Amino acid sequence: MIAPGTAHQGVRLGRVSAEARAGYRISFRGRTGRLLADAAGLAVFALMAFPIYWMIATAFKPGRDILSLTPKWFPAPFTLQNFEDAIARPFFLDDVKNSVLIVGGTVLLSLALAFLAAVAVARFGFRGRTAFIILIIGVQMVPLNALIIPLYLMLDGVGQTDTLAGVIAVYLAVVLPFMIWTLRGFVANVPVELEEAAMIDGCTRVEAFMRVVFPLIGPGLVATAIFGFIQAWNEYIIAYVLLASPENQTLTVWLASFTTNHGPEWGPLMAAATLTGLPVVAFFLVLQRWLAGGLTAGAVKG
Amino acid sequence: MGAAITTRDLGPVLHRPRRRRFNHLPYALITPASLAMFGILAFPLGMLVWLSLQHYGLRELIAHQGTWVGLDNFRVTIADPLFQQVVVRSLLFTVANVALTIIFSTLIALLMLKVSRPVRTILMGGLIFVWATPVIVAIDIWQWMFDYEFGVINYLLTQLHVGNFIHHNWFDDPLQGFIVITVVTVWGAIPFVTITLFAALLQVPDDVLEAASIDGARPWQIFWNVTAPILKPIFLIVTSLSTIWDFGIFNQVYVLLNQRPSSDYFVMAVYSYRESFGVTQYGLGAAIAVVMVLILIVVTFFYVRQTLQTAEIT
Repeated sequence: MIAPGTAHQGVRLGRVSAEARAGYRISFRGRTGRLLADAAGLAVFALMAFPIYWMIATAFKPGRDILSLTPKWFPAPFTLQNFEDAIARPFFLDDVKNSVLIVGGTVLLSLALAFLAAVAVARFGFRGRTAFIILIIGVQMVPLNALIIPLYLMLDGVGQTDTLAGVIAVYLAVVLPFMIWTLRGFVANVPVELEEAAMIDGCTRVEAFMRVVFPLIGPGLVATAIFGFIQAWNEYIIAYVLLASPENQTLTVWLASFTTNHGPEWGPLMAAATLTGLPVVAFFLVLQRWLAGGLTAGAVKG
Repeated sequence: MGAAITTRDLGPVLHRPRRRRFNHLPYALITPASLAMFGILAFPLGMLVWLSLQHYGLRELIAHQGTWVGLDNFRVTIADPLFQQVVVRSLLFTVANVALTIIFSTLIALLMLKVSRPVRTILMGGLIFVWATPVIVAIDIWQWMFDYEFGVINYLLTQLHVGNFIHHNWFDDPLQGFIVITVVTVWGAIPFVTITLFAALLQVPDDVLEAASIDGARPWQIFWNVTAPILKPIFLIVTSLSTIWDFGIFNQVYVLLNQRPSSDYFVMAVYSYRESFGVTQYGLGAAIAVVMVLILIVVTFFYVRQTLQTAEIT
């Protein structure tokens, strides 16, 4: 419940709290309403987060507790054996290295290219701008799964199947449209006057972009970097088709091939899944406060 | 448009030379990105169409040379009863999954406005965890949870007296299998859509909401008549993206069924993959992929038009 004074102040400042936006004061009166909403919120959280908890819990359980008809809710006798088994499997470290190289290459290259293109679209009216925008939107419409065949044949023709470079090139193209489109919104939000001031002070046009615009769109760069990271780290089908030899594969391909002839070994599989998910979550948590606003600030701008 | 006009008008003042000269800079800026997108996405798309008009099997793959067959691949594909089933199945799957994703995400986003701050932080944290979970990891988790013997879901359903789910194999019956696939897909899609909608809800102008509530509008009226129209572009974006993702679904089906899905589980992308890499009929696989893209173009036409319009305005 928000006090009338707060609400009034909120309006004056042009800021209405989240509660007021939801029509909270009207729909729920008093404590009960808030408690109901909180209970519902926690229930949603439990439903969404349980699978992740279950993965981690399973990963720390000894085998006999995993294969038990009555599930053990907590990994009470606690073991690291599953992790040791997972890491000891062939090609784990190779594939970790490959994933890191692919993600690093994709994120750095795509950020650079997307920033340049976003500046062009946001700051210049030029012949071909509309065509470029159509290209951006158009290629986003194409489902990657439909392109596997020609991509495979094309890269096969130039000897780039089973190489990390081929995969990076594909991921780069896949993440670029979204990145350009998002960064464009951020660049458009930086007042042109700032660049002009820098140019009057003696910067060239390019220097003005690099020294003024680039630092100011930090949140946009972070949001798009996270996007690129997740896409590249999580992608499966392209890596699965393009990378034939096990020492060249990525972590997701390694993970999907975990099942043995005797069916999956759930303990090591859940440990491996935890290890695969960990870097993304870590990357996310470090940068997440930039994110919620970041993604849509570009999108809402249109 | 404002920003662009200002820059262009000031351009001649800021640049010393008086004469209007051709500005190479924007072209230099977009060239690297254009090359990457064109070379890796647009060109293969053209190649896909070209391939779909060829007989392209294993021998042609080795020779790097297909045989022109015109529209034969499409004739064969469209006449194939399995293909017709696959199209219908993919469309139904897409409608169900997009609808469930949007409905749940909207409800959760609205709920996030009402809960107290700590609960909102917890909920947001949970969503981000799910969002960050790689899809292959998610598939493995759900596969384990739905395991017929030791899966926690069979246990819970039995305990809750929903029925006897002991040793129940969810993938024996394709309809139940697709329920599992839907659960995995929607669970994975909710965080992105919810967080996007929540962030958009926070950007709805305050005075409009205030005015509506002062005028005595009920909360659902405010949502339906004020919030929803303002959020229409965002709804369009998330609906279209969900449609593209769900219609092209591959991993959830292919990996959940241990990379050996039976034909009862074929959706467009899986079928196309099977025809190409399973039975090495790349021409037929390409034809299926072309049909898939064509259907998507029809379905997302309105989104593209809308986006282009906003792009022109800004």
